[in-house]
Amino acid sequence: MKRPQLERPALLEARAIQRLYGPGKGCEEIDFTLHQGEVLGIVGESGSGKSTLLRVLSGLEAPDRGQVVYHAGEAGSVGGSPGKDEALDLYAISEARRRALLRMEWGLVHQNPRDGLRLGVSAGANVGERLMALGQRHYGELRAAGQDWMGRVELDPARIDDAPQTFSGGMQQRLQIARTLVTQPRLVFMDEPTGGLDVSVQARLLDMLRTLTRELGLSVILVTHDLAVARLLAHRLMVMRRGRVVEAGLTDQILDDPQHPYTQLLVSSVLTP
Amino acid sequence: MTSPFLTARRLDKTFVLHAQGGQALPVMRGLDLSLSPGKCLVLAGRSGIGKSTLLKMVNGNYRVSGGQLTLHFEDGELELSALPAHAWHLLRRDVIGYVSQFLRVVPRVSAREVVMEPLLARGCDVSEARARAEALLARLNLPERLWELAPGTFSGGEQQRVNIARGFIAEHPLLLLDEPTASLDAANREVVVQLIEEAKARGTAMLGIFHDEEVRERVADRLLELEGHMLLGGTDADRTASDHTSFRQTDSGESLS
Repeated sequence: MKRPQLERPALLEARAIQRLYGPGKGCEEIDFTLHQGEVLGIVGESGSGKSTLLRVLSGLEAPDRGQVVYHAGEAGSVGGSPGKDEALDLYAISEARRRALLRMEWGLVHQNPRDGLRLGVSAGANVGERLMALGQRHYGELRAAGQDWMGRVELDPARIDDAPQTFSGGMQQRLQIARTLVTQPRLVFMDEPTGGLDVSVQARLLDMLRTLTRELGLSVILVTHDLAVARLLAHRLMVMRRGRVVEAGLTDQILDDPQHPYTQLLVSSVLTP
Repeated sequence: MTSPFLTARRLDKTFVLHAQGGQALPVMRGLDLSLSPGKCLVLAGRSGIGKSTLLKMVNGNYRVSGGQLTLHFEDGELELSALPAHAWHLLRRDVIGYVSQFLRVVPRVSAREVVMEPLLARGCDVSEARARAEALLARLNLPERLWELAPGTFSGGEQQRVNIARGFIAEHPLLLLDEPTASLDAANREVVVQLIEEAKARGTAMLGIFHDEEVRERVADRLLELEGHMLLGGTDADRTASDHTSFRQTDSGESLS
């Protein structure tokens, strides 16, 4: 057999990123490349800087130093010129263009669904809103997309007119995911997506995220402190401590044969029921 | 004789345990092996000698500490010890399959889906993947009423059969088998032997561990004798080793069958 093609095009690059609020608070010396179709997990304890890094990567907070480079420009991409690979320096382009990217090509799933949803408007409107931002105006189509996506995240489509404030936490999280993925983003950022949920609800959500990631061929950057979640979802891991990446590699290798003292401590501290 | 698909040259593995003052545990020294398409090379040696360790190195779970681990394709070689992390999941999707000793159970995912997954990851049509998964589960005598259930509550033997079906369904060119018959009855051991023979006929290269002597005799084309000085102790067989270990392949690779 022929050598398999193991290289995928780069989608997002972090180049020497630093964002510090104080010594060891925030993140520094962050370098990596995310390839198309990859799920990259960022793991670490509270205060390790992983959420700060996610905010910098996702366009929410400018770094003190370094660049976030997004490779736009596939045919149909709104971030760049169609058909041409274009490397966009996220914090060098205009605010308007960065917001357009976030709206059209990226998705962000917050830990707390209340941060990603509009609780007072109907579930259907929440899902349809990002589509409307892309220019869809046809009411019937928006409603059909809303129902379709509620079904895909295992919400009862009959509840399309109910407001999310009447939903449970797990249902709200699934609605947030539907709202994020309805526009078929190329890149999705997730911050502890199973964080505040009951264990039984977590399992359901994890299974759903795995399936959707595979079916849509999503590229994902996932922040989690839960190594079991990382094992299930992420192809690759970066382990953070005090603002720096101490170890990075294949998920199974990081968890089965950790090299760095801190990673060994982290992995060996997990209870296995 | 066909040219090898997988080779190891002077392969070393050492674990460094930082919690124990940076204690180094060498578990493998200077291992050589050569595995051709359509052959099954069986690892032999006492429990704890490091047989699973070798499989985990080939699968990327364990890092290679020294030496070379190489796949040989028609148009060139691929060095696994230096493979970047982002390449591994594609390599596992297309080239390296692994039947682990125990199934990693994912909550809520049905047995059928667990088996379908390697095909779906390659973009295979869902109905085709389902048909192939069901055919394999039926061959392995897993009762149909279990297909729809998540394997978390299954018996060891039932989980193992799900695991075997998942490992064989995607017909990877290299298959790693870690005691696939350990908790199976005679009838199902026979099915696994058949699956291995069919994989050989397709040209699959297999590296396996089989404690069952009868199965080993039937499937092994060669034995890879892992011998040396071992220091046993502790509970995790993979992590117990002597300060000096020698692994060597039997010279000419005598046929067993």
